Amino acid sequence: MKLEQSRRDFIKNSAVAATAAAAGISTTASATNLITSSKDTDIHWDKAPCRFCGTGCSVLVGTKDNKVVATQGDPEAPVNRGLNCIKGYFLSKIMYGKDRLDTPLLRMKDGKFDKNGEFAPITWDQAFDIMADKWKAALKDTRNSDEMPPVGMFGSGQWTIMEGYAASKLYKAGFRSNHIDPNARHCMASAVGGFMRTFGIDEPMGCYDDFEHSDAFVLWGSNMAEMHPILWSRITDRVLSNDHVKVAVLSTFKHRSFELADNSIIFTPQSDLAIGNFICNYLIQNNAVNKEFIKKHTHFRLGVTDIGYGLRPEHPLEQKAKNSGKGGSKEIDFDGFAKFVSEYTVEKTEEISGVPAKNLIELAKLYADPKRKVMSLWTMGMNQHTRGVWMNNIVYNIHLLTGKISEPGNGPFSLTGQPSACGTAREVGTFSHRLPADMVVKKKKHRDYAEKIWKLPEGTVPGKVGYHAVLQNRMLKDGKLNAYWVMCNNNMQAAPNMNEEGLPGYRNPDNFIVVSDPYPTVTAQAADLVLPTAMWVEKEGGYGNAERRTQLWFQQVEPHGEARSDLWQLMEFSKRFKTEEVWSDALLAKAPQYRGKTLFEVLFKNGQVDKFPMSEFKGRMNQESEDFGFYVHKGLFEEYATFGRGKAHDLAPFDMYHEARGLRWPVVDGKETLWRFREGYDPYVKSGEEVSFYGKKDGKAWIFALPYEPPAESPDEEYDLWLSTGRVLEHWHTGTMTRRVPELYRAFPDAVIFMHPEDAKERGLRRGMEAKILSRRGEVRSRIETRGRNRPPKGLVFMPFFDAKQLVNKLTLDATDPLSKETDYKKCAVKIVKV
Amino acid sequence: MKKLITFLVPLLFTCLVSASETGGLNSLRTDDLSIQAPAEAMKKVHESDSLLKRDFIQQPPMIPHDIRGYDINKNVNSCLRCHSWKNASKWGATRISVTHFYDRDGKQLADVAPGRYFCVQCHVPQADAKPLLENMFEPVDSLKKQQ
Repeated sequence: MKLEQSRRDFIKNSAVAATAAAAGISTTASATNLITSSKDTDIHWDKAPCRFCGTGCSVLVGTKDNKVVATQGDPEAPVNRGLNCIKGYFLSKIMYGKDRLDTPLLRMKDGKFDKNGEFAPITWDQAFDIMADKWKAALKDTRNSDEMPPVGMFGSGQWTIMEGYAASKLYKAGFRSNHIDPNARHCMASAVGGFMRTFGIDEPMGCYDDFEHSDAFVLWGSNMAEMHPILWSRITDRVLSNDHVKVAVLSTFKHRSFELADNSIIFTPQSDLAIGNFICNYLIQNNAVNKEFIKKHTHFRLGVTDIGYGLRPEHPLEQKAKNSGKGGSKEIDFDGFAKFVSEYTVEKTEEISGVPAKNLIELAKLYADPKRKVMSLWTMGMNQHTRGVWMNNIVYNIHLLTGKISEPGNGPFSLTGQPSACGTAREVGTFSHRLPADMVVKKKKHRDYAEKIWKLPEGTVPGKVGYHAVLQNRMLKDGKLNAYWVMCNNNMQAAPNMNEEGLPGYRNPDNFIVVSDPYPTVTAQAADLVLPTAMWVEKEGGYGNAERRTQLWFQQVEPHGEARSDLWQLMEFSKRFKTEEVWSDALLAKAPQYRGKTLFEVLFKNGQVDKFPMSEFKGRMNQESEDFGFYVHKGLFEEYATFGRGKAHDLAPFDMYHEARGLRWPVVDGKETLWRFREGYDPYVKSGEEVSFYGKKDGKAWIFALPYEPPAESPDEEYDLWLSTGRVLEHWHTGTMTRRVPELYRAFPDAVIFMHPEDAKERGLRRGMEAKILSRRGEVRSRIETRGRNRPPKGLVFMPFFDAKQLVNKLTLDATDPLSKETDYKKCAVKIVKV
Repeated sequence: MKKLITFLVPLLFTCLVSASETGGLNSLRTDDLSIQAPAEAMKKVHESDSLLKRDFIQQPPMIPHDIRGYDINKNVNSCLRCHSWKNASKWGATRISVTHFYDRDGKQLADVAPGRYFCVQCHVPQADAKPLLENMFEPVDSLKKQQ
């Protein structure tokens, strides 16, 4: 043990020393360096979480003369132990694309704002002036009504915790509008819906330590090899080091994760619902149910069906649906559940899914074997699904029926796509229906609680759910959302059905669109005002990864040009509003002390957010805090943390996070929690309870009976192919950062259409030829790839969405899960023709 | 009727969008957002005998050749045929880094660590293409290109 410890220290030191030596700096370990000038040796190393995915790797950032000169995997980080993926290795270059925005830009004609004008540089003051004008005009009409004002915001799972918290507070309490939603709606909303419905509390019970304890990994619609490479390397390590460990990969097309699969399952889109129910049926038929566990710890529920597809209400599919948008359920018993899933026989499931019976049974056996610890993993395949919440519920069913949950190696694990989808979007509650710590705007008790912490009068936060992501674009188009701020995302490129909803919404003359971004994006091109944004280590921040790990970092370099962080922009903008311009007279009458005050004073100089002086700051630089005169990040974090402490969402004291390589919440008495809901691991489970799903009142999780229902759009005679969209290893989402790094650009330069060679041949196409891909909503031109890393079956094509020149979301349908409101980016009908 | 609508809607839309659709701002595309430009030609993979430049020591080396048809799966790893310590000198290939012999816990193994098995998570080929935009990153002096 001692030996291993010292060896690890040795590796750690030698890794740092090696980087240091190559970077031309001297450390005590490299006494033979050739550089003698102390000026050249002045490099500073500090930790920061990676800017990209939800894995949450830690990196060491080397800075010199106010520039990042090198990055490397952090050897001390438990997540990645010094390793990075190809994107992570190039973090050093993401801030240095030549077209970084350095000043605000406004569309102007003859020196004045004009929606059809050309972008021209203006000052921050001018930018906030026109923004404030537009916001105030939009706020005026509804100020004394029950209606929420037509001001909105589209935020991000890439916001820092502090940014998401400040934005949420500014909108929900300041502007009294719940029309704020993060892009995590596109990626994690179904997972949140699944957790809340089954367990009554969000986020995974297990953690990454499960990877080293599991005997089987089942991927339900996740290509971890490309999208979570570092976690995939941990699974690979486990699988290749232990003969008995099995991997099953389910997907609608073959991808890199199949390289490690023992059981390769290609299923017809949407039929995962049937496969999940088949497994439940198999477990029951083969006596593999953990009867004691389900008796003690679960209830059975029958869910409402025929719930529609989250389309506009006038759409024929919504008109036809009996229970459009309904998520109700009623209590049934085990026999009722058994009867419900009994129709999912292996024969019927084979027919629906196209998966051979042999593979289905082999898969079911992994779960049925009581000696085998199983981890189920999923990302967008299951979440971006018009029945995403149901599918999440069904996978929980499997783990609950077998009791394989909340212990090392056993558990369902919902992976996240963005670096702080969990930490910011979910935990802070930047969704249009949520408040911090799993609370919701609909419940008076929850609003009261928030208002009390925020020292605001009762009734400040509106009780109505605001516009979610897809609805925001529809409301922009319909002219019902008029002052709109897009921050830290590229939603024109990423949102579905760009031609029919996104673009007409942004260009609607009734609307004023602000986009904050480090780079000019497709979204910025469609905006009216563009604000230059400081990114990543140009600011202090915090992210929360998929295993509930909260990680903080210090600012390491000055922002580029006049760029300012999202946090600074939000707080500075709040100075432009007096309470009597935004709040109703009735509300102000309840809190006359706030009359004449700015939103900045009420929300951020409230004695809590401004509680910590700069003397508490331990880093090197902090632009916002120096500007505002108090330690903004600590104040926001500590105020936010009061929401969850004592409520099973406990965060540690702020300063601890600057020391540790992240901590997994709930952090109680300085100790993180690795497995929730199980006695001995989770401090919230009382002695003698064994297991307690305490998110539900009686501590029992809900097992849901939910059927297979067809997708919103399927191929027909004219549009004869399925289109699935997604990501690639080398690019982060819409490519704003990664395509500006030459090495990453060259690794995957342009999007292509991955297609079966026979499908190509039938259309007179071969690899490399140009083709037009068309849906009922638009068309895109691309090139055919029949031999690449993705191998779709006949009848399906896959196209990544990173390429700004090939806007694949002109094709996609804005059908969502009616419960989670998350778009199904994986299923729509297209045709492909030769150009 | 339906056909007529599908025809008219895009037409109407094109008319509404003026020349200033993007306000003169370029992103990684220069066309208006409603335009469908021809697709870029598929780029060739860069092939050379020399190594590609590295800007910092922990930057994984790029693959200076095509890897189409190379298998990496549970049974075979085509990369190790040339890049393993045993075979590298025979083929004049780059030997995989010594860091790849350590497992997660820092224990040195007799062969490549299983966690490092899928090479293309970190090492990728490069297309013969000019960068979309210049990147202003500068390595430290000792790693700068000789002028």
